[in-house]
Amino acid sequence: MTRTLPPNSQPTAAPDALIIPLETRVPGRATTSLPLRREGPAKLTGVAKYADDLVFPGAWYGATIRSTEPHATLVGVDLAEAFDWSQVVVVTAADIPGDNVVSLIRDDQPILVPIGGEIRHQAEALCLVASADRETLRAAKRHLSVRTERLPAVFDPLESTEEFSHLEVGQGDLDVGFAEAELVIEGTYRVGHQEQLYIENQAMIALPHPDGGVTVHGSCQCPYYIHRALKRSLQLTDEQAVVVQAETGGGFGGKEEYPSMIALHAALLARKLGKPVRMIYERHEDLSATTKRHPAVVTHRTGVMRDGRLVAQEIDVVMDGGAYCTLTPVVLSRGVLHAGGPYRCPNVRIRGRAMATNTPPNGAFRGFGAPQTEFAAETQVNRIAEALGMSPLELRRLWAYREGDTTPTGQVLRESVAAPEVLEAAAEASDFVRHTEQTGRARAARASDARSASGIGLAMGWHGAGFTGSGEVHIAGVASVELTDMGVVRVLTAQTEMGQGTKTIFPQLVAEELGLEPEEVEVAPQDTSIVPDSGPTVASRTAMVVGGLIIKAARRLRAQVEAVTDRPFPDSYQLFARDHGGMRVDERFEPYPNVQFDDATYTGDAYPAFGWACAVARVDVDLDTGEVIVRDVVSADDAGRIIHPVLAEGQVEGGTLQAIGYATIEEIKLVDGRYLNDRLATYLIPTSLDAPRIEAILVEKPFSGAPHGAKGIGELPMDVGAPAVVAAIHDATGVWIHDLPATPERILAALTGAPTPAAPGVSVRAPDRGGA
Amino acid sequence: MSFRFFVNGDPVEVEVPGMRRLLDVLREDLALTGTKEGCGEGECGACSVLLDGAVVDACLVPICQVDGTSIRTVEGLGAENKLNDLQSAFLETGGAQCGICTPGMLMAAEAFLASGGPSDEDSIREAIAGNLCRCTGYRKIVEAIAQAAEQRRAADPHPA
Repeated sequence: MTRTLPPNSQPTAAPDALIIPLETRVPGRATTSLPLRREGPAKLTGVAKYADDLVFPGAWYGATIRSTEPHATLVGVDLAEAFDWSQVVVVTAADIPGDNVVSLIRDDQPILVPIGGEIRHQAEALCLVASADRETLRAAKRHLSVRTERLPAVFDPLESTEEFSHLEVGQGDLDVGFAEAELVIEGTYRVGHQEQLYIENQAMIALPHPDGGVTVHGSCQCPYYIHRALKRSLQLTDEQAVVVQAETGGGFGGKEEYPSMIALHAALLARKLGKPVRMIYERHEDLSATTKRHPAVVTHRTGVMRDGRLVAQEIDVVMDGGAYCTLTPVVLSRGVLHAGGPYRCPNVRIRGRAMATNTPPNGAFRGFGAPQTEFAAETQVNRIAEALGMSPLELRRLWAYREGDTTPTGQVLRESVAAPEVLEAAAEASDFVRHTEQTGRARAARASDARSASGIGLAMGWHGAGFTGSGEVHIAGVASVELTDMGVVRVLTAQTEMGQGTKTIFPQLVAEELGLEPEEVEVAPQDTSIVPDSGPTVASRTAMVVGGLIIKAARRLRAQVEAVTDRPFPDSYQLFARDHGGMRVDERFEPYPNVQFDDATYTGDAYPAFGWACAVARVDVDLDTGEVIVRDVVSADDAGRIIHPVLAEGQVEGGTLQAIGYATIEEIKLVDGRYLNDRLATYLIPTSLDAPRIEAILVEKPFSGAPHGAKGIGELPMDVGAPAVVAAIHDATGVWIHDLPATPERILAALTGAPTPAAPGVSVRAPDRGGA
Repeated sequence: MSFRFFVNGDPVEVEVPGMRRLLDVLREDLALTGTKEGCGEGECGACSVLLDGAVVDACLVPICQVDGTSIRTVEGLGAENKLNDLQSAFLETGGAQCGICTPGMLMAAEAFLASGGPSDEDSIREAIAGNLCRCTGYRKIVEAIAQAAEQRRAADPHPA
């Protein structure tokens, strides 16, 4: 069931008063029936073409030769004489015409490690081979060997001396705060890697052009990231590099930056060969080599008064970036900005640093640094509530941001603050108070030989909408709405559909402005030769930022057409196209009014607005085995405006389950810097039987800077699920789990006093190589 | 070697090595790319098809075991402009997001519906437990299957 809160509603009002019926007219929302998923019928019939479904006659198969050491010098690549190398093509770094870097934030990551160059992590790409058939390809890989000289490796970010970035935010005076505090509570929280685990593996197919250009078709979130990378390293013009998104089987951040690497590999092979090359990863390679969520160590020191007031927060965040920078500084920044939680505090200092280790690079994953720090923040808050003898709900009622409060960057939250609403909505829908009393009574009455225990836990969170700081200004995305000379309205953006519903909501938003039905608005393909660069499909920015651009473009198109025809757009646009030809309106991002951020001092409006979320989880814990069953989760999420309730619920339900996996079972173990559980048989994600009953409550507190009020929803639920589960485990068992995931081993260790399992995310050294 | 079997009701004959995976025969030899590969080791269920009505992972079935059988794939359900009741239920409830698990999920659901057993939520979750979905949290998939079960029961209250 979906319930939607109207803006400025009083959370204590009767539940029925909180519901905006679907028929109610709000900007951007369909007024009659909701449009069905645009590409749904193609996906449901097997007609939709994902990268590996595309057929290009004469295409060869490509493969990547990877390092098997975490840190070494690449001395040479040897081709065995016993093999007929005329039937394959081999590409090394020497074949790269332009810069040997994967173009992103910092120019540190090579496309292929050059001879004499430094191998910085396991599964790093060293050279490429392609062949007309898979069998020859496998044989070629067997006959190719690499010579290396091993170098000492660093696996623990706390021991690393190589820093990617650091930052500090804060306000007030910590010394004053802690001097005033009547109680100081400390805690250290650790989280490990998490794999995005899109069900479609990474895949790219490159087609060489006669002029040296290249077209790549593949699975990706950000066609223009790939476009830039191709232009730079292959020395191509804008027109010579063409990137076309194939149907994409999930991304979750995992297809933000890594597809540039695989596209470059496929393109290098295809150009040398002169034929199309398919670079389709198998699951094992995908798990071994592609980016993961950053591990982190978060330390809290919090000062409170006996009456519950929060007076000081000192927080230290260390993230493990892996071997190369990728997006790490931005991930760290979002993590730090969210590390205090959505709570009013006069004296705050948050410091963060991201360190290099000899492990595969970490990158974007839904939440982008915030799930790590918000897990720590929420668990700290729940521990403080326990120490004060207060309900975690009451403590949050006292602390949660309200309009007019100031964040640690000095951002005044002028509007769209739904922290109280999501808190009350989740507490009420989950019957949190009554269940807490029940589990408390059960705990008090529990016999010492009890075999199982039940608990309930609550956590809340916030998520900055769109890019951090001046990000949107730097991107300066352009989106277009076009009336073609054939009289068809279509939307042109680089925003990719990967399951979240872009292709459904964009026509809906434009149709609403033009007075058309959504079915009458087409979506141009995500092909860089057709659509403008409206920025990447990341950071929950699609509905909010690009959705806002196309609404503005549609309004201008409507005005221009109606000025000529002097009749309503729906009645006149086809005649206009016949008589005057087509018209395309480009809309470039303009900074939101009154939103200012200083990149140098890290002060000001870190985000134009925040989304707010609260989750309540109920668990059963087996006291003999330490196993946790998450029974149900209520997640209340404020996305400003809900454009399509079914799709929005889908984001909340799916994001919540990823958070449950993060909390309970998803962990990567490493030996010698290599991921050990690099298959689906060993990296486990929740199945339908593991998944709790999830209830999504959609809350609307619109953001006035966006024409439709939307703030984005995709990442919010990922921030709050894990700490809610850990709080529920504590409610059941009385023990706090500080490290994610809360595996049976960690729970049993906490219950029995047995040695705590190794910290998550840090590699064990290879037994035979000692401290090499 | 030559193998004969039926795919979505049509007889087919392929000349391939006996250990070639059913998944490759479907996708590459018969150009039926609706069946997806997610892991290649029977963990994700993206390649689920029906073999004589039973759900199998096409990545684990060598073609020699398919000889003489009848295979059903997503292409054998409704067409884009004429979805069957189960596909329509997925579309209406939001049971398909990125869509890569969807063909396999539909086939597992078809086998479940055909089994005629109880269609309560626990039974549905059990029936699709071999099919991983990373997008939906499964809730809307379970709703879609329950809706299709209800419709089929209403259409044929006394199945043979």
